[in-house]
Amino acid sequence: MAGVLVFAEIKDGKLKKASREALTIGRKLAEAAGGELSAFASDAAAAEEAGRYGAKKVYVAGVGAYSTESYTAALAEAVSQAQPAVVLFAGTSDGRDLAPRVAARLNVGVASDVDRLEWTDGKLRARRPVYSGKAFATVEVTGTPAIATTRPNAFPAEEAGGGAAEVVNLATPAENRVKLVETHTPEAGEMSLAEADIIVSGGRGLKEAQNFSYIRDLAHAIGGAVGASRATVDAGWIDHQHQVGQTGRVVSPTLYIAAGVSGAIQHLAGMSSSKHIVAINKDPEAPIFRIADLGIVGDLFQILPALTEEVKKAKAH
Amino acid sequence: MNSVVCISHVPDTEARIKIAGAKVDEAGLKFIVSPYDEFALEEAIRVKEKSGGDVTVVTFGPDRAQQALREALARGATKAIHVKGESGDADALGIAKVLAATIKSVPHDLVFFGKQGVGTDNGLVGPMVAELLGYPQVNVVTKLEVGDGRITAHREIEAAEEVLEAPLPAVVTAQKGLNEPRYASLKGIMAAKKVAIDTKSIADLGLDEGDVLRQRVVVVSLELPPEKSGGRKIDGADANAAAQEILNYIRSEAKAL
Ligand SMILES: Cc1cc2nc3c(=O)[nH]c(=O)nc-3n(C[C@H](O)[C@H](O)[C@H](O)COP(=O)(O)OP(=O)(O)OC[C@H]3O[C@@H](n4cnc5c(N)ncnc54)[C@H](O)[C@@H]3O)c2cc1C
Ligand SMILES: Nc1ncnc2c1ncn2[C@@H]1O[C@H](COP(=O)(O)O)[C@@H](O)[C@H]1O
Repeated sequence: MAGVLVFAEIKDGKLKKASREALTIGRKLAEAAGGELSAFASDAAAAEEAGRYGAKKVYVAGVGAYSTESYTAALAEAVSQAQPAVVLFAGTSDGRDLAPRVAARLNVGVASDVDRLEWTDGKLRARRPVYSGKAFATVEVTGTPAIATTRPNAFPAEEAGGGAAEVVNLATPAENRVKLVETHTPEAGEMSLAEADIIVSGGRGLKEAQNFSYIRDLAHAIGGAVGASRATVDAGWIDHQHQVGQTGRVVSPTLYIAAGVSGAIQHLAGMSSSKHIVAINKDPEAPIFRIADLGIVGDLFQILPALTEEVKKAKAH
Repeated sequence: MNSVVCISHVPDTEARIKIAGAKVDEAGLKFIVSPYDEFALEEAIRVKEKSGGDVTVVTFGPDRAQQALREALARGATKAIHVKGESGDADALGIAKVLAATIKSVPHDLVFFGKQGVGTDNGLVGPMVAELLGYPQVNVVTKLEVGDGRITAHREIEAAEEVLEAPLPAVVTAQKGLNEPRYASLKGIMAAKKVAIDTKSIADLGLDEGDVLRQRVVVVSLELPPEKSGGRKIDGADANAAAQEILNYIRSEAKAL
């Protein structure tokens, strides 16, 4: 009863970065609790990679692409076999869909969107941002298993160098009532905000929709995702998928570059936990400068293209 | 087509948070209907306008939470249930148990939630209720079509969107973009005053208050984030020099390249 079970998500044959992060912190918790790290995956192909992150066993059910009901049943079965003290889900769309469903089935609680985790005095302790990052709550999860969803990018992903995990096959659970009709990928090749290490965001300072190209060009050159303020989303310049903030995505990348964003409290709520913040704004009094590590008072239409060029040059070396 | 909408009453998003012990100090705070719940409510009202039926709004909370129900009635909800209790002392599963029991007591085809409550920032209660009721769920929905005994819903995922079909009854959690919530009209506000709010206790629902309020996720402490003092601010009149400065920062301090 001291182990940790991690829901390991596979994309294009590999573990998602957020799942590798969850496995890494899961391994540390398992060490502290004196138990074993195991994983649940929808494909035995995950066994080798999960093993490198320290998983000894991978529970596998042939559940195919994600669907709430079959995954809930399969995870509940994995929990009943592994008897873990802790179950972790990465805070991806699917992880956030599944964790509360599994928790309700097991009659236990969930610490949601945590950015710190530790095992102390036989309990799982987590820190989580609340009130859109305006406060941090430290919580103790008392049920068995204790469930948490981890905020993407908040934990490092570090291999432990283990061999392939042992595969334990689970029975394939019953049908799903929810059917996937189709998947729309509106902007092919664009990176998702939640997992991005670098985000370049634009605000109303861009003046019009087509000027988002200034943001896209830099994002593309630097290998980051495109973010946006609500003002630009409401104006129809860019899809809501890109909105950062209280009513958009909450992100914590390594680097957040904001250009032409004033820094309203609702925007800050979504990005203030970024590790490094660069702001470009022509108004020296813009509130975004209060949280920026590096602030540039200037014209984004001059600075962004210059920066894109510098980045391209730097990458070429 | 009958809908139930679960709405929570939360501190205004503009509010400055003060902390008392391990809780938010509610004194002087303005409370609102949680923003995502507004999208949920609007969608339910639109379903009713198209295919008839009732929109029942439900909240679990202290006395002040009645204001959220009045607001919802003024916008077009037809019935309201207030389960009285210190919802702030319950965790998400406790709240879900209260809401699931309440939902069972009214006829419904669709059950709406916000994708997450502002403040708790959990995103847990909707799927938990779906599990307790044994219903299919579609989470983080940006578009909904209601057909004969089924729904087609667009679910937002990382950089893409899934179109899903589910049989009714079903749970839907609302994301921004689902619709543009209306304001209450003066007529709506007057009419809302005449609707009696059905008030219940946890015990009335046949639930054990001890179990509902038994926290499985206990808040040990609540802290404000450290004040960020702001970093360097430089003049960007020379765009090339500024770009060079940013690149240096990205490389040597953020180590992101
Ligand atoms: C309930 C609620 C929820 C909300 N949720 C969100 C949310 O999730 N995300 C969000 O972002 N907002 C949210 N908002 C809106 C928020 O209050 C602001 O209105 C919004 O963030 C402003 O967007 P902006 O910074 O792009 O625009 P503005 O505030 O108009 O700022 C534009 C900035 O661009 C600068 N600028 C102009 N031209 C240039 C130039 N050439 N070069 C450099 N700088 C220039 C200006 O100095 C200015 O600072 C929410 C509001 C409410 C009430
Ligand atoms: N006390 C409550 N009363 C009614 N609905 C609630 C309550 N708490 C949460 N909800 C609903 O559950 C959703 C998700 O809340 P949460 O899990 O706290 O993020 C909210 O958007 C509401 O629709």
